[in-house]
Amino acid sequence: MKLSTITKQSRQGRKPKINWGRVEESERFAETVKLFRQGKLDSDLFRRFRLQHGAYGTRMTDDYAMVRIKLPAGEVYPHQLEKIATLSEQYSIGSAHVSTRQNMQLHWVILEDVSEILRSLAEVGLTSREACGNAVRNVMCSPVAGVCPAEEFDVTPYAVATAKFFLRNPLNQSLPRKFKFNFTCCEKHGMARMVDIGLIPQIKTINGQPRRGFKIFMGGGLGNRSFVGHQLEDWTPEEDLLYTSIATIRIFDRLGDRKHMERNRMRYLVNEMGWEQFQTLILKERAIVRMTQSAIVKLSVDETPQKLESHIRISGFDDKSIPDGFSRWRKGNTFAQKQSGYYSVSITLEAGDITANQLRALADISKEFSAEGYARTGFVQDVYLRFVSEDDLPRLYSKLLEVGLANPGSLTMVHPIGCSGTTSCNLALTNSHRLAKEIQRKFIELKLDEDEDLRESSIKISGCPNSCGQHQIATLGFFGGGGRVDKDMYPVYQMSVGGRSDGETMLGVTVMRIPAKRVIPATLKLIEVFKNNKKPGEDFKNWIHKVITGHADSQVKSVNDIKQILLPFTETPSIEQDKDFYADYGSDSSYHTRTGKGECAA
Amino acid sequence: MRSLSKTTTDADSLRGQIRDNSVRIIDVRRAEDYKKDHIPKSVNLPLAELLADDSPEKVLKIAQNLGIDDQTQVVVYDDTFGALASRVAWTLQYLGHSEVSLLDMTYSQWKGLGLETDNSETEISSKTHSIKLQPQIMSSAEYLEQVKEQKNVIVIDNRERLNFLEQHIPGAINIPYRTLASDDKILKPKEEMKRLLKNRNIPQDAEIITYCGSVGTLSGLAYYALKSADFPNVKLYVRSFKEWKGLNKPIVRQENANYWDLSAE
Ligand code: SF4
Repeated sequence: MKLSTITKQSRQGRKPKINWGRVEESERFAETVKLFRQGKLDSDLFRRFRLQHGAYGTRMTDDYAMVRIKLPAGEVYPHQLEKIATLSEQYSIGSAHVSTRQNMQLHWVILEDVSEILRSLAEVGLTSREACGNAVRNVMCSPVAGVCPAEEFDVTPYAVATAKFFLRNPLNQSLPRKFKFNFTCCEKHGMARMVDIGLIPQIKTINGQPRRGFKIFMGGGLGNRSFVGHQLEDWTPEEDLLYTSIATIRIFDRLGDRKHMERNRMRYLVNEMGWEQFQTLILKERAIVRMTQSAIVKLSVDETPQKLESHIRISGFDDKSIPDGFSRWRKGNTFAQKQSGYYSVSITLEAGDITANQLRALADISKEFSAEGYARTGFVQDVYLRFVSEDDLPRLYSKLLEVGLANPGSLTMVHPIGCSGTTSCNLALTNSHRLAKEIQRKFIELKLDEDEDLRESSIKISGCPNSCGQHQIATLGFFGGGGRVDKDMYPVYQMSVGGRSDGETMLGVTVMRIPAKRVIPATLKLIEVFKNNKKPGEDFKNWIHKVITGHADSQVKSVNDIKQILLPFTETPSIEQDKDFYADYGSDSSYHTRTGKGECAA
Repeated sequence: MRSLSKTTTDADSLRGQIRDNSVRIIDVRRAEDYKKDHIPKSVNLPLAELLADDSPEKVLKIAQNLGIDDQTQVVVYDDTFGALASRVAWTLQYLGHSEVSLLDMTYSQWKGLGLETDNSETEISSKTHSIKLQPQIMSSAEYLEQVKEQKNVIVIDNRERLNFLEQHIPGAINIPYRTLASDDKILKPKEEMKRLLKNRNIPQDAEIITYCGSVGTLSGLAYYALKSADFPNVKLYVRSFKEWKGLNKPIVRQENANYWDLSAE
């Protein structure tokens, strides 16, 4: 990417180049809902149609839906943010939700209003098409691609081109199951090994010429059973990106399991067939695709240099007027880009939730502060502003502070992920969403974001064994369930430790079940034990890693030792002794599990 | 049914009417806001003053003191997305004054367009008005309870979604007041409003009762939104949910979900 062109900041903000929307789809949706309500359309067919258009079911009701707005590569422009703000007030709960897959979701939408949302989205170039259902889901791209100091080149245009190629493509309208792409910038920032196809950019020198290509991983994924992806080949040249993608989707379409709902993701196919055989099949299929399709299909990778806008700078911020907390925020929420003088800023949202007014403020802030003029959703229910001039950071901080978007520790362990849980998901057993918020509030209060030892660690929470909250790749992962003392039920979390999604990707190791209301104290206890046992320079993530891989050199040698330490937290008081223990977060009545048909949603 | 006068008045028409002195404009903002500036020749009736006692006798007095007789064309505006203005307009209609409409934008939008404002008080000479109450546009709690199960009756709750989920009148459907407006007008264009209601399967000939949280403002706006979409039979449950709860009438909620925890407020 060349950063040459400097243009003047426009008042309306920058507009996207790609229009993902189609107004006709909104009309068709409205008509189809009618047919369904009149009983003229079978409910399974309707469900498929609804999902294909990006509308999920909602917990315990047929009256409401969740609309998942696809943001390919996470890119979202100011006027789009404003539109989403308005839509959230008109048709949803006045807040939107940023998902772990860079979507923005509107929950508790009346099914009959979904078409109005689709129409408004199309007006600003957005779509929810194929955001759910058995299709290529939102194509993810590292929110720091293009600015990451460790990356070899910017993968954003490739991610966007891939999204463009597959959206509404007949190839991907009825796959055995959903299919996920993830483009990362480097080994550290991403999860290339935990998706159907994950890519890391890599430049290879061939005959003295640097050439672009990828490390491609396949067959990974999180779920009831999780698998780590396999690398297809040493290096895949960029010309082969599309052919590889098509070949993989064709193989999955042909051989994937359409009968067994619980094992129809591609990772099960890879697992059953064995990696070598799968790999051979893909390479063969790719040769066929290359031969038969090369003349007609090509990824349209947009290589035009990105325009950076000059800032209208309002007089400097002198040291005295810098609001409190700035340096704490700067440390835990920003980092220097590879472009000198520019910073990327991560905005942490509590469990991904953002109000309509905050969305509007974000629209203004991205116009004012980001030289690229738009925002990007991240991988952990957060939002990035990039190309912020270093001098502008204090002023940006005070703007964010005004609208409640300046919580510290976005890039640290105090920023957990919580899937939607019982706030809206049919399969949820616990209020994982609220637990994430509780942890964040507590940890910020304890200033744990300032603890260097915890920075690289993560906490991720799912409301049931499905891993929408990605608990298996977290340093501390939790998934919800129900416990019982005689006939009284209480919410619990299965805890796992040591999961990671970087170059040494591994799934967390199961520790034990911890009652929901003990998760916070148990976590703090584990941190305390770590502090007492760590070697100088060792951080929490590495310490845990050593414990679970049998390389521990402190008192705590194994998962079993962790279990012993945390055992006191599993004691169950009687309901008379402690009523609160038997109620989940966000509820004052006694806990009971209740689930419906599954269409999960982080 | 009374003749349907138009629901809203646009800025151009109002400016014309101001020029020929053929309109009584009511500003329903607070007195101190009105004093700062207002639309030229408007008179001030803060909503709170009306709500203090909105019995027909008192409203009649207020109308007469504002110089309104049976024939006066009245246009009402506010700076609260039309909800307060709606409540005042509806009250005049209930009294029997048919020539009343809403300015189709808020005062801020009026100012934003650079249109005329003024800060001098308007002199008023009081007029005589008759009382011809219009019970067909009003619903009481008793009436609502009586008819809500009927097939052609639709009860619409205009509060925000989370409040609706938490509790509402059994059988009511939810159209949050934000849904009624467009970006620059207090009401959506007629065709859009019609489409929304059609998607919701609300038949044109239904008897509709709107309500909101407490004093019938948000639902007043909905009353006019429905009028603008040519729904002839709309009633405002003017004492709304606050009274309904106070009377211990039945309430339902969306169970088994912690939707409040999805809000970032
Ligand atoms: S299905 Fe997914 S979103 Fe729903 S509770 Fe389970 S993990 Fe969370």
